[in-house]
Amino acid sequence: MSLLSVRDLTVKFAMRDNTVTALDNISFDLAKGERLGIVGESGAGKSITGFALMNLLSRPGFIDNGKILFEGEDIANMSDAQMRGIRGNRMAMIFQDPMVTLNPVLTIGQQMVETLMAHRKLSKAEAEQIAVVKLREVYIPSPEERLAQYPHELSGGMRQRIIIAMALLLDPELIIADEPTTALDVTIQADIMELLLELCQSNKVGLILITHDLGVVSQMTERTLVMYAGKIIEAGRTREIINDPQHPYTQGLINALPQQTKPGMRLKQIPGNMPSLTAIPAGCPFSPRCEYVRDHCRTTRPEPVQYAHVEVACHEVNRLHRENSEEQSA
Amino acid sequence: MKDAMSDGPLLELKQVEKRFDLDQGFLETIKMRNGKVIREKRSVHAVNNVSLKVDRGEALCVVGESGCGKSTVARLIAGLLKPNAGEIHYDGTRIDNQSRRSMIPLRKKMQMIFQNPYASLNSRMNIQQALEEPVRYHNPGFSRGEVRDKVAEVMRSVGVDPSWSARYPHEFSGGQRQRIAIARALTVDPEFIIADEPISALDVSIQAQVLNLMLEAKDQRGLTYLFITHDLSVVQHFGTRVAVLYLGSVCELADTATLFENPKHPYTRALLSAVPQLKDDRPNHIRLRGEIPTPINLPQGCPFQSRCAYANDRCLAEQPRPVQQPDGSMVACHAVEEDRMVD
Repeated sequence: MSLLSVRDLTVKFAMRDNTVTALDNISFDLAKGERLGIVGESGAGKSITGFALMNLLSRPGFIDNGKILFEGEDIANMSDAQMRGIRGNRMAMIFQDPMVTLNPVLTIGQQMVETLMAHRKLSKAEAEQIAVVKLREVYIPSPEERLAQYPHELSGGMRQRIIIAMALLLDPELIIADEPTTALDVTIQADIMELLLELCQSNKVGLILITHDLGVVSQMTERTLVMYAGKIIEAGRTREIINDPQHPYTQGLINALPQQTKPGMRLKQIPGNMPSLTAIPAGCPFSPRCEYVRDHCRTTRPEPVQYAHVEVACHEVNRLHRENSEEQSA
Repeated sequence: MKDAMSDGPLLELKQVEKRFDLDQGFLETIKMRNGKVIREKRSVHAVNNVSLKVDRGEALCVVGESGCGKSTVARLIAGLLKPNAGEIHYDGTRIDNQSRRSMIPLRKKMQMIFQNPYASLNSRMNIQQALEEPVRYHNPGFSRGEVRDKVAEVMRSVGVDPSWSARYPHEFSGGQRQRIAIARALTVDPEFIIADEPISALDVSIQAQVLNLMLEAKDQRGLTYLFITHDLSVVQHFGTRVAVLYLGSVCELADTATLFENPKHPYTRALLSAVPQLKDDRPNHIRLRGEIPTPINLPQGCPFQSRCAYANDRCLAEQPRPVQQPDGSMVACHAVEEDRMVD
């Protein structure tokens, strides 16, 4: 049985006189200890997916339809009290800005002990011991002293390590990391990612990594979902998606990276912008920006189909593939 | 006249330094230490002894991590900050000691693009007003029609439909706003653009649009760029030369191709190895010890010593000078100089 199984998840936001659909019929599975990347640009619905999985959506957002099965239990309609037993305990979340997660007026030790004692019957001394062990696991120097420090006394990279230690405190089975290193410098990002990878592998923790950075996804994850305007448009093994993307949007995203073009040459750009949620085009949401668009793309919504190792939601994937291979052979 | 001057570099920084005082005024300098009252003035050493040259038509990229002083360098060149020491020359004239008034003709030649276009566009001015303002200011002789034509021409050149000119910044997307900010810089026909992280706030597909626009402007208008960024893949694509900054000092300066093929400074090597690659399955980066120290109390010797795997006694005591390498790059590192690094 998979650790997490999402079925037809639809999330809507109530507006003054109508509702907008932020997530549209999302389905995917995550095996125990598997690392899954969710990529897309801003407004694609990546973060909403993360929040929905933690059942953290608050008004005006709500889960309209669908199931989120975490080890067989549907967390989509659990009460707050039931969720408290799962959140932080069996699944944990890491956010982009550590200062949002850390309470600035409590010491690191107080925050870690509080989390432990909320979920386990432990004395304060025992909880502190566990906290020190976890801080050591994320390579924090002199962890005993850190317990007495406040978040502002630590650097950005150090804070994000503490957040990872706190996420791991209760040995969760799943970590959802939402852009965990976007606010950090490249050298620090590389350290944190390596650490996260190492901890997930050694503790068999499942990871959902939400990011806009295809390079990070490529190095960290086994499987990838590509999202666009609240829908999964391509899903499959990370290697295959990076090396041989099938959806025109995924191809566009990868080709737009400066590494993919000779220095100084014109980059391949995707025209236009991601549609706003209030004005998602009928048919395929990518159709207004797509260079392979046909009439039926504008009217009929493409369903995900299995194609060349990946699942892709595109009407024209057959034609696209044929034309690309002709281009290459020519 | 322009042709007579064009043999020298367009911009030259000579041993520029910038400190920001942390303790301002007499009272803030008084501190207690070990039971004694002492006076102490602390300052952030943002830019230390930086010398750079930018030739006409090139795109010099300045890279480094947060706090390395790259934005301060941009602001010093644009005249928004005054250096504490050193000289800045533009087209043969010294500009760092000029008055505000005598800077005005220079500002027409030198324009700046910032990271967040929402902050650099006035939210109460529509696009027409925002774009007309610099044209009018720098060309007092222009008639209304001429101003409007100029604005429409620039808007078209950055791919913004002139019929949107009555709209306000909030009605545009991030990428469009950045294009409008670029248009605003281009309306006065500058020759030199300082771009401070112009695409960092944008999505990948939009980044490509804006980068293409900047490349086009470079080719069509013969612009010279100083491009500040932390994104090395953008540097490789856009820059002709690269200066790597660490803690306010230039540690390596080289042609883009040379730097990416053969990085020499241990910091440059670590930085390049940390970029997540698409094709590479395994992260295999050089781990640096610790994090960037604060620029308040600069260490004696090499600024990179605390994180460098090759640091020895000389690195702790003596600050390395930039030394020219056989392939033309300038590297400030004792280990490179003494050939101590093992590959």
